[in-house]
Amino acid sequence: MEVTLKIFRFNPETDKKPHYESYKVQAEPTDRVLDLLEYVKGNFDGTLSFRRSCAHGICGSDALRINGRNRLACKMLVKEVGGTKITVEPILGLRVLKDLIVDMEPFFDNYRSVMPYLVNDEPAPKQERLQTQEDRERFDDTTKCILCACCTTSCPSFWASEQYVGPAAIVAAHRFVFDSRDRAGAERLRILNDQFGVYRCHTIFNCTEACPREIQVTKAVGEVKRAIAVGKLD
Amino acid sequence: MGNYHQFDVIVVGAGGAGLMAALYASKTASTAVLSKLYPTRSHTGTAQGGVGAALGNEGEDHAEWHTFDSVKGSDYLGDQDAIEFMCFEAIQAVYELEHMGLPFSRTPDGRIAQRPFGGHTNNITGKPVPRACYAADRTGHMILQTLYQQCIKNNVNFFDEFQVLDMLIENGKAAGVIALELSTGEMHTFHAKSVIFATGGHGRIWEITSNAYSFTGDGPAILMRHGLPLEDMEFFQFHPTGIYRLGILITEGVRGEGGILINDKGERFMEKYAPKVKDLASRDVISRAMYLEMREGRGIGGKRYLYLDMRPETVNKYAAVDGRKRQDGTPYVVTGEELLAKLPDIVDFARTYLGVDPVAQPMPVNPTAHYAMGGIPTNKYGEVVIDEQNTVLPGLYAAGECACVSVHGANRLGTNSLLDLIVFGKYAGLKAAEYANGASFEPLPADPSADIRQQLDAILSSHGEEKAYTIGNEMKAIMFDEVGVFRIQAGMEKALAKVRELQERLKHVRTPDHGKPFNTELMNIWELGNLLDLAEITTVSALARTESRGGHAREDYPNRDDVNWLKHSLIWVEDGKIRLSYKPVVITKYQPKERVY
Repeated sequence: MEVTLKIFRFNPETDKKPHYESYKVQAEPTDRVLDLLEYVKGNFDGTLSFRRSCAHGICGSDALRINGRNRLACKMLVKEVGGTKITVEPILGLRVLKDLIVDMEPFFDNYRSVMPYLVNDEPAPKQERLQTQEDRERFDDTTKCILCACCTTSCPSFWASEQYVGPAAIVAAHRFVFDSRDRAGAERLRILNDQFGVYRCHTIFNCTEACPREIQVTKAVGEVKRAIAVGKLD
Repeated sequence: MGNYHQFDVIVVGAGGAGLMAALYASKTASTAVLSKLYPTRSHTGTAQGGVGAALGNEGEDHAEWHTFDSVKGSDYLGDQDAIEFMCFEAIQAVYELEHMGLPFSRTPDGRIAQRPFGGHTNNITGKPVPRACYAADRTGHMILQTLYQQCIKNNVNFFDEFQVLDMLIENGKAAGVIALELSTGEMHTFHAKSVIFATGGHGRIWEITSNAYSFTGDGPAILMRHGLPLEDMEFFQFHPTGIYRLGILITEGVRGEGGILINDKGERFMEKYAPKVKDLASRDVISRAMYLEMREGRGIGGKRYLYLDMRPETVNKYAAVDGRKRQDGTPYVVTGEELLAKLPDIVDFARTYLGVDPVAQPMPVNPTAHYAMGGIPTNKYGEVVIDEQNTVLPGLYAAGECACVSVHGANRLGTNSLLDLIVFGKYAGLKAAEYANGASFEPLPADPSADIRQQLDAILSSHGEEKAYTIGNEMKAIMFDEVGVFRIQAGMEKALAKVRELQERLKHVRTPDHGKPFNTELMNIWELGNLLDLAEITTVSALARTESRGGHAREDYPNRDDVNWLKHSLIWVEDGKIRLSYKPVVITKYQPKERVY
């Protein structure tokens, strides 16, 4: 089938404003949108720039806005896009550096701000710390996060202010707050109980819809909100 | 000198080995990690099934058994002192990851959960033993996340999206690296006392591959251009179960949980090739069996794929045939829900890329290029060694897939790659810091990036019409056909001639992007040059080795030849000429014998 790819283009060295360019490519319904971007770059315009690495939905490099929805280009097949016109744009809310590449630094700054690491200063046993299957299950969903930014950059509150930590950072906090081995839950909740913390979330569910790992993002944010409200973890 | 930085230790690459090295080096020395990707994008994150360690949480196990299995798995080409070191260090290393916060799956009594994997056995009964410590089917993801999180906690310095293009050797010692800042196109000089390469593999040489776009062999290619040798480059692993055509990995953990390989006649064909452990034989054995089945017309519908079947009814049927029991002695019986809980990503991949629900339908799979056993020669402390006598190059270290210790020999066992990363990453980091604390900075030349700027300028000033995209595709196709699972002299000679033609054509490549910020095209071309150089020496090494061992299977020399070939190959490129030499394998406890599964 013939597909028309309409791609957002911006060269910071020559362009005052971004524009769109369209390319016609032959595609199989099972091709990934990433395969088409590679084809365009390899055959029509080598200057087209985007990030990618693993190409199967694990490394989180190629979060893009595909027909208006945040998706990983390597996990979005042509047949799922619906139709033969595919518009590819950078994710929103982060500065565009070149074509489909955005500045990820604010996103990772937000991630780093919530103490995204296990804190436990008690002497470790010789073997593993024990954890019941139930306790492990408590935070299983949020360990799946690949930091692709699909959720955060689909969130209107984040579009309104980059200072909002955003759903991905809250997911990272959740992963530790509800880990029975961690001892810094209260401190993380204090960080998130801030004007740019969890209360910027207005339960719009864009994040959950956008997550390529099918994490229940809004639910995780809600659990963190509740923990702050009641002042304890359950 | 603009853009000059100074650190005691520079780590190149931010996957499992690089981050582990950085964590340990930064305890006592100023350390910076340079990575062409954001660290969490590294390929370690795609490892699925588990990390090997004889914890014995789900059945009797011993580090000695792990050692023997790895020696046997290596087809006796692995160095036994290094393998023993790794397998004994494994237990502590896995507990350490748990203490860092890694969310392992758990046993009913709260311990780290373990599953069987190919080639890992109870050395008394010969039956599979659960040795792979896992976090569902995203163990690599959890290792990468946990190590990056610990690096944040410990304030390790990161230079993200800095592509290292060259290294500096002054007075016979490592002195730093040159890196391109991708966002600006600016060149940076990093002056260091110790340099650790942890740049990963080079599996993008082959058409069907499980490897990320980033796996272009940058570290080995850079070192080779400085006249340093690479070891055992003919040994590259083809994993049996890649998604048909795409090559995306389906973990061996599927077979660990009871999945079965099936041919067009509905037969469990592995019982012919490995009567004892069947679908849990080592990877080289299974990939060859799959090729033989397909060659004899028993691919599904006569095509070039087979089925990997993890439907509960299939798993339970064959578990009963094998007499498989749970630890409490009850028969091994699974439900679809349990499989979904243990292998959620596999189910997701199959649904996304194959349109198949693996709990209800079998998955079409074929062997996929997966792992470089060969690479930069090191000793068990990660120190790079540069000749047949294992002479150390002061200040230079390598760890992870880009290195060849050698613990994997001619064939790596599943779960030993993640283990390799954490054990040798740690020791490389410790040794690099220890060395740096007793060394001084070597003076640098006036213009340390002159060589690499010249290389890049040559690419940018090319006026040819060749497309890098086409050159890359031609390399991948011929390497997969001729230097793949099975090899034969005439085919490899054809591949070598083709690769050399492509190296020439790359000099006439079209390069429309002359911009500075994110010139991804320039980097793609530079990486393709690395792949072609490594494809060339892989093929030369493979042509020279006139035997079959582990992942190197020659149809014209079908047998292992311990009299002539129980030795590591070393290969150099000197003044454009290739030189091969050999060094002995370290054998301590286990004399080579016939390898039967």
